[in-house]
Amino acid sequence: MASIDELQQLASQIRRDIVRMVHACQSGHPGGSLGCTDFFTALYFEVMDRKPGFDMDGTGEDLFFLSNGHISPVFYSTLARSGYFPVAELASFRKLNSRLQGHPTTHEGLPGVRVASGSLGQGLSVAIGAALAKKMNGDDHLVWTLHGDGELQEGQIWEAAMFAPHNKVDNLIATVDWNGQQIDGPTAKVLSLGDLRAKWEAFGWAVLEMEGNEMSEVVRTLMQAKANAGKGVPQVILMRTAMGKGVDFMEGTHEWHGIAPNDQQLASALSQLAETLGDY
Amino acid sequence: MWMQLDYANGKDTRSGFGAGIHELGKRNPNVVALCADLAGSLKLQDFIRDFPERYVQCGIAEANMMGIAAGLTIGGKIPFATTFANFATGRVYDQVRQSIAYSHKNVKICASHAGLTLGEDGATHQILEDLGMMQMLPGFTVINPCDYNQTKAATLAIAAHHGPVYLRFGRPKWPIFTPADQTFEIGKAVMMKPGTAVSLFATGHLVAKAIEAVNILEAEGISVELINIHTIKPLDEKAILDSVRKTGCAVTAEEHQQLGGLGSSVAQVLTRHFPVPQELVAVQDSFGESGTPDQLLVKYKLDTPDVVAAVRRAIARKG
Repeated sequence: MASIDELQQLASQIRRDIVRMVHACQSGHPGGSLGCTDFFTALYFEVMDRKPGFDMDGTGEDLFFLSNGHISPVFYSTLARSGYFPVAELASFRKLNSRLQGHPTTHEGLPGVRVASGSLGQGLSVAIGAALAKKMNGDDHLVWTLHGDGELQEGQIWEAAMFAPHNKVDNLIATVDWNGQQIDGPTAKVLSLGDLRAKWEAFGWAVLEMEGNEMSEVVRTLMQAKANAGKGVPQVILMRTAMGKGVDFMEGTHEWHGIAPNDQQLASALSQLAETLGDY
Repeated sequence: MWMQLDYANGKDTRSGFGAGIHELGKRNPNVVALCADLAGSLKLQDFIRDFPERYVQCGIAEANMMGIAAGLTIGGKIPFATTFANFATGRVYDQVRQSIAYSHKNVKICASHAGLTLGEDGATHQILEDLGMMQMLPGFTVINPCDYNQTKAATLAIAAHHGPVYLRFGRPKWPIFTPADQTFEIGKAVMMKPGTAVSLFATGHLVAKAIEAVNILEAEGISVELINIHTIKPLDEKAILDSVRKTGCAVTAEEHQQLGGLGSSVAQVLTRHFPVPQELVAVQDSFGESGTPDQLLVKYKLDTPDVVAAVRRAIARKG
């Protein structure tokens, strides 16, 4: 078991990777990636049951699906730091002939990725399918997902949200990055999500909430969800985060949803993030 | 007469699918069926009765169904996602593109009620663009069988093929003229009758119309080579080229828009390798409408006389 301090050190390195990757290709999505770094760190280094190596079927281990594929930098860094592929490969992010496409895909065979995502709203359905397959196979491991809050504006999410409770898909734990921001501005202005907790509860989900940038609370809540699995209802965790968390000038604004820092901004960002494991 | 068609004892191609997936249920424990509130129309009753634990009722939510199908493959299942052809393609094109095609998922999309022969429900349901959409997706196999027996055989064959497949069939009772014991080879055209004057390439329900056209033309002494193209992609280019090298002209017949279907695919093969005159029997950039299947095939010029006329034009253009 990793200590909270060790997880925070990992998260710091992953945040460094994120801003360096996005800076190197001058494109990508740093804001949501930085906001979700603590979740990814806790999930991959502490919470999920994972087997060494990678096989697509993932039998006998927990699975994770990233539905909001544009936060690929945090996904790629987490996968590399978890041993799925060499950390040096992070340098190829968004470049020609890379396995690290702008949005995650299985097409180039990158270990750790089980479905393409990018066009929003599809990951919950895919996760339900994988969860059903686990039940059919007698595999009692869990399926995890992450979605953006703006992504919940997609209708397919609510098709899936209706399906999972009806079919008692209780080996599924969905997570919503509830940062209140999307490309065109605050979700409250673009298209209000309303009472998110009440919506999920009305659809029949068990709802947990957590502060997604408090590592100890993230670990505690994810472990609680894991313990609650298998009780006849799917679970969703509403995770309050700050977009751009960890880099002061990126924090709490949609402005850094999808733009890259310049050299000066990179230096400023890195000065705020300790290099704990060695840069790639 | 070369071949008598028995309309009175015909069966719908969707029932061929229903029989095929029931057989697959017995043979392969990984086969899973999904449907979006159309299980009766897709003839899934026998599968659901015998394998309820491998049936996923998705409700009227086709996008979710395609995603679930993609997810089921992660864990080794072979999902057959079924609904009407319009809802299996146009409605969910992006889900199929990203979660299935681009993600290389071993999903079989099996779609009934394709084309004009759906009949009275009208143009909202009569998709005529599905073959084009699905064959444009990289890595997709697209199959359009012609009768009950071929649809059943195709259903069995696609389970053994690893990769995404679109299998298209229809609603009306239709003559059965292929053998019950056929082996279905994906991508391999079926020579139905050798001939010398014209190559007639037909797919789906229009194979029956092509057979009737051959009966008329042969009675006049015109030697027609009839080839059943059940696999739209990958197209059997060798069979097409071997035939036109012999006959010198081609006719294609399909229940689909002219743009994007069998005819345009055959034209691309001919243009690249062996240009000869080609006539296309297909829908001309229009939607369908309510009516009986027979009335619609007449009005939209997909009937036997339309095939006969196309053959005459093709032969005349040989010069």
